[in-house]
Amino acid sequence: MADFFAALLDPDNTFLRLALLVSTFASISFGIIGSYVISRRISYLAGAIAHCVFGGIGAGLYLQKKVGIEWFDPMYGAIISALLAAVIIGAVSIYAGQREDTVIGALWAIGMASGLLFIDITPGYFDITSYLFGDILLISHTDLWLVICLDIVVVSLSYYFYNKLLAICFDDEFANLRGINSGLYYILLLCLTALTVVLLVRVVGIVLVIALLTIPAAVAGQFAKRLWQMMILAIIFCMLFTWSGLAVSYSLSLSSGPTIIVIAGIVYITVLIVRRIFKKA
Amino acid sequence: MTIQHDIILENVSFSYEDTPVLKDVNLAVARGDFASIVGPNGGGKTSLLKLILGSVRPDKGNVRVLGNSPEGARFNVGYMPQYVMVDLQFPVTVMDVVLMGRLGRDTGGRYSKKDRDIAKRALEEVNLSNIVNNSFSALSGGQRQRVLIARALSCEPSILLLDEPMANVDPAAEEALFGILRELNKRMTILLVTHDIGFVSQIVKSVICVNRKVVAHPTTEINGAVIKEIYGGDIRMIRHDQRCSEEGHSHG
Repeated sequence: MADFFAALLDPDNTFLRLALLVSTFASISFGIIGSYVISRRISYLAGAIAHCVFGGIGAGLYLQKKVGIEWFDPMYGAIISALLAAVIIGAVSIYAGQREDTVIGALWAIGMASGLLFIDITPGYFDITSYLFGDILLISHTDLWLVICLDIVVVSLSYYFYNKLLAICFDDEFANLRGINSGLYYILLLCLTALTVVLLVRVVGIVLVIALLTIPAAVAGQFAKRLWQMMILAIIFCMLFTWSGLAVSYSLSLSSGPTIIVIAGIVYITVLIVRRIFKKA
Repeated sequence: MTIQHDIILENVSFSYEDTPVLKDVNLAVARGDFASIVGPNGGGKTSLLKLILGSVRPDKGNVRVLGNSPEGARFNVGYMPQYVMVDLQFPVTVMDVVLMGRLGRDTGGRYSKKDRDIAKRALEEVNLSNIVNNSFSALSGGQRQRVLIARALSCEPSILLLDEPMANVDPAAEEALFGILRELNKRMTILLVTHDIGFVSQIVKSVICVNRKVVAHPTTEINGAVIKEIYGGDIRMIRHDQRCSEEGHSHG
């Protein structure tokens, strides 16, 4: 572990410091949005959004390398596709009724498949695993600023709309009767989820990001009595998971994304088992 | 003196995804009534409530609530949904839930001191002032129903609509709930959905039978023939002279 702290202070190791900063700031959005996702029980929807991001990354690479739009970072493609997916999935979830899970499962697969097809027709070699499972070497200063901006948006919107979002997640029919357009707020929530998901794709990747969104909130949910308490606890857990994951992965030369997720997963399962034992006792 | 009607349905038909649910319904609910909506599952009880709430629109006909459209009357109607519609794992306290009844009054997203006072008063009315900060998921079935009634009350309604308030409630809690509703009925019109015809007992003033068509009766008129007509088959009727007390109760 000492080598991790030494590396953090090493002026040549900017990537590690950046990874740590991005994870710390991203934890704020992850804790807040993750708590909404868990309490509204839409982690499946968030998973679909995350996988649609791959389509956007593929399209971004294609536009940048093949079409020649130099400034178009794949990140922009990811953000656009995530928002688009959020709106479509939100509409499906509101209007599709019984067939919701089938339609969302299809969107999930289409997102992944289209990403791969775009990469096929883009010249050059791309390391797909870094998008799927994360690569902290890819983190840039731009990512750090994006994460801080997102934090500001997420914190202010969830503070201002806290009561309405809470009511919609708890019982949207009742919220509707109070004159609140619950469909609109639902899609707002999915868009915030989409943006949050995109920002940690660099660190943990598309496949694993959903775990980092839901596990800290799920652990927090075991202790919290109210939604805002769940959010604060989830932020703390998310920071602890990412920090310890980065430290362990650096010390043992492992991939950082999977290390973070395995730590988070072990803590979650342990908490569930311990709580169960204590409840029985 | 003419009777004032809080809820009026005129020739209302409603279908759900091309399946006709209610047909040519005419109904008038008088102010101060305590009506129980009964009928078989899928007969249209919940649809009738939703038409009154304005969360669905009739295919034809006219719904008036407090002399207004259902949407226009929304803020004067308190609604308690079916128990199963609420997620029991949700991280909220009793106060959080009751405050939801105050939403939408002002455009802002935060609750005022006045909102909190109204929510507290609503909890007093259902005798739950002692568990304001308890976790909603840790409550008993009967307590949860009372919290949901308090949420409806914090809307400051003049009509209270309840969808199966007695589901998942033990007999003692049921008795307590009826006591609360009887008190509330002194100042507001109450409609409740139930498929337990036993409820059509002491305190209900009229019964609205729903099975595609809608027929309203004062409670005194209910007999085997009426029940058979609505449920469409032979069902066994047990007479409940329900008067439960701590000393026990007698079936007459």
